[in-house]
Amino acid sequence: MNTLLKLSWVELKLFIREPITMIFTFALPLISLFVLSEVFGTTPQTEGGEIAFRGVAPTDYYISAYVGLVIAAVGLISLPVHLSSYKEKGVLRRFRASSISVKNLLSSQVIVTFIITLICVIILFIAAKLAYDVTMPNSPGLLILAFIPSVLCFAAIGVLLGALLPTARAAQGVGLLLFFVMFFLGGSGPPFDVMSPTLQTVGDFTPMKWAVIAMQDVWLVGFGWNWTAFGVVIGIMVGAWILAIRLFRWD
Amino acid sequence: MNNIIEVNNLRKTYGEVVAVDEVSFNVKEGEIFGLLGPNGAGKTTTVECLQGLRQSFTGDVRVLGLNPHDEAQDIRRQIGSQLQESALPDRIKVWEALDLFASLTPNGLDWEALLEQWGLTEKRSASFSSLSGGQRQRLFIALALVNDPKIVFLDEMTQGLDPAARHVAWDLIRAIRDKGKTVVMVTHFMDEAETLCDRLAIVDHGTIIATDTPQGLINTYASKINVLFSTDQSDISYLEQITEVEKVTKHGSRVEVKGTGAVLAVVAHSLVEHGITPSDLRVEQPSLEDVFLNLTSGAPKTKVTA
Repeated sequence: MNTLLKLSWVELKLFIREPITMIFTFALPLISLFVLSEVFGTTPQTEGGEIAFRGVAPTDYYISAYVGLVIAAVGLISLPVHLSSYKEKGVLRRFRASSISVKNLLSSQVIVTFIITLICVIILFIAAKLAYDVTMPNSPGLLILAFIPSVLCFAAIGVLLGALLPTARAAQGVGLLLFFVMFFLGGSGPPFDVMSPTLQTVGDFTPMKWAVIAMQDVWLVGFGWNWTAFGVVIGIMVGAWILAIRLFRWD
Repeated sequence: MNNIIEVNNLRKTYGEVVAVDEVSFNVKEGEIFGLLGPNGAGKTTTVECLQGLRQSFTGDVRVLGLNPHDEAQDIRRQIGSQLQESALPDRIKVWEALDLFASLTPNGLDWEALLEQWGLTEKRSASFSSLSGGQRQRLFIALALVNDPKIVFLDEMTQGLDPAARHVAWDLIRAIRDKGKTVVMVTHFMDEAETLCDRLAIVDHGTIIATDTPQGLINTYASKINVLFSTDQSDISYLEQITEVEKVTKHGSRVEVKGTGAVLAVVAHSLVEHGITPSDLRVEQPSLEDVFLNLTSGAPKTKVTA
């Protein structure tokens, strides 16, 4: 078996052995699903005579946001904390001295991020389907096409944070802060159209908003492929990867 | 024998601080070469430069004929490395680490055998975080050997090992050398350097102050032999007439005779002639420690940095 596969396999096992990270990554989207669905219900609503939640059931509106939440939790918290703690403890020095390449190291992180995110999303979707009968994706193919760059985008941000932040504690602090800003303003909090203009503007700067919109537009009926959202996600992804690879340090 | 490592005028600075100052030495293929010196002398920095783990140094360095600046990855594939400050993921299991690192080279060794040799068989499925300091150290050495390297770099490898484990480690290091591999070790333990190294360089304040075999260093820098015994006889000035004797010191009944060459035999002979047959006659041979103290004694050197 080649190094990349072996490294990814070990890294996946290590992730699963870390109970706190596991709980956070798997439970938070499920809790959000439960709370927001209980609050807003499963029937389309109007807000002061205007259509709220894009005219669909709140549960259907939020399902893409929960997927975004999973992607953001892995990319903004697990990944940077993991990489910074490796750097802090000297694991990266050990890897480097044993001729593990940057390419293999980062590729294994992307592979693990992808697998974890995918498992979480599947669990989330099954729970949402069973408990609240959410709608099936309107265009599954396009959804996958929006999902993949979203994961890669947040993986890049995660590697970038891991590269910049010297310790696991620092990574956790910064990661949590960014995560909660995106949690509230990136689509899994109040719907975009009820936010004040200021909040909307701040939300525009969160990559999560664009990832959520790109997925929401193809999950729901009647919106279609959103080139703007897709373009922004791709742009951030490319930028973050370039920076992440340039700024990556072994110690 | 060929030089497998050639270092000429290696210099590495961190801002104003000169960590390694114009160091030159060669390591021959198949020998155990040691860098001996106090903490902070620049030993670790030196070997890390050789392994391509530290960049932006000056000087001409060749490891296996390769340049650590641009061919670091090629070098790292052919060397084994036990780093002073490094770690593995907390929850990785011993066998997983060996299996992973063995997969990095096509000609990786049978790691099961290494597990056995380094006494880790029972810890096979233990996580890294549960290992004791000594077990971690042994795992790191096993990891340094798992890619069947041509050169093994060991940085304070017996740090944290108990005395029995140290002796086992020494035997295993000799066994590595006997398989034709080259070992470069960093240590601040005199006994370790003296028993293990074929040749060694004494490093202090970023420079090499002497390079030779342990015995060669002793002969050059610490040739004085101490002969010790007790006697009640007050006049022993006749000992000072002996050519080999340099100095006689008396503390009460304890006598210390400093000399060179065959001093023990002639002093003993002379004592017997004068009717003294001390039962506690013993000799202290100079050791590497004396060399070290002689070479590094005096006021601490202060390096002036431009």
